[in-house]
Amino acid sequence: MTVSSPPTIRVRVLLFARYAEILGTDALELILAEPATVASVVAALRSRRNGHLLPPHPLCAVNLRQASAATRLGSHDEIAVLPPLAGG
Amino acid sequence: MAHLSHSAIDAATLGSGLQSAERGASVTFVGLVRDHHGGRRVTGLAYSAYEPMAEEECARIVAEAEARWPASVGLTHRLGSLEIGDVAVAVVATAAHREAAFEACRYVIEAVKVRVPVWKRERYEDGSEAWVDPTTAGGTVPTAASAE
Repeated sequence: MTVSSPPTIRVRVLLFARYAEILGTDALELILAEPATVASVVAALRSRRNGHLLPPHPLCAVNLRQASAATRLGSHDEIAVLPPLAGG
Repeated sequence: MAHLSHSAIDAATLGSGLQSAERGASVTFVGLVRDHHGGRRVTGLAYSAYEPMAEEECARIVAEAEARWPASVGLTHRLGSLEIGDVAVAVVATAAHREAAFEACRYVIEAVKVRVPVWKRERYEDGSEAWVDPTTAGGTVPTAASAE
């Protein structure tokens, strides 16, 4: 009898400004167990080195639109973690 | 990049494409780099962005304003390194009458502030730098390098 591993998805994560400095990179890929949400990405980032410096509920976007922590992710989605906006 | 510019913004050029014989009102808002913030002397700044989303969000904001008021709107946000007095953002709204032009212009600049993914890193007189963070009391947070 084979034990199947739980399904996973692969997503691309973009980091900007201070958050990119904190985590030492501006882009990475994550493999997440399904079902995955924006909150899963944030939790994965916060478990990395210096990740505790990220806020628990940062502003995020999925595929170029602002998204909530509960937004469900699919494979190849692009999740951007956005520091407080300071344009204008 | 219709709404983002890595070179100097000319608000007059932005507005010239929005004028026509039936539009009697043109309102321009120009945001300029200021030499002080939170009691510190600012010498310059750098804007960075999540460019594909910033572009889309700017286009959505302009479309919303043009749907809500009988106005035509131009919007350009600057990116890259800026000096004091440089134009950071320009909004032009033209309409038949001033009410629609004023209201559309105001709507767009306020929406840009809270929706467009752009970040500002200020440089100060003493050589230090910080990220501008409107959600903190002091208005800035240290860069990761200076926090270590």
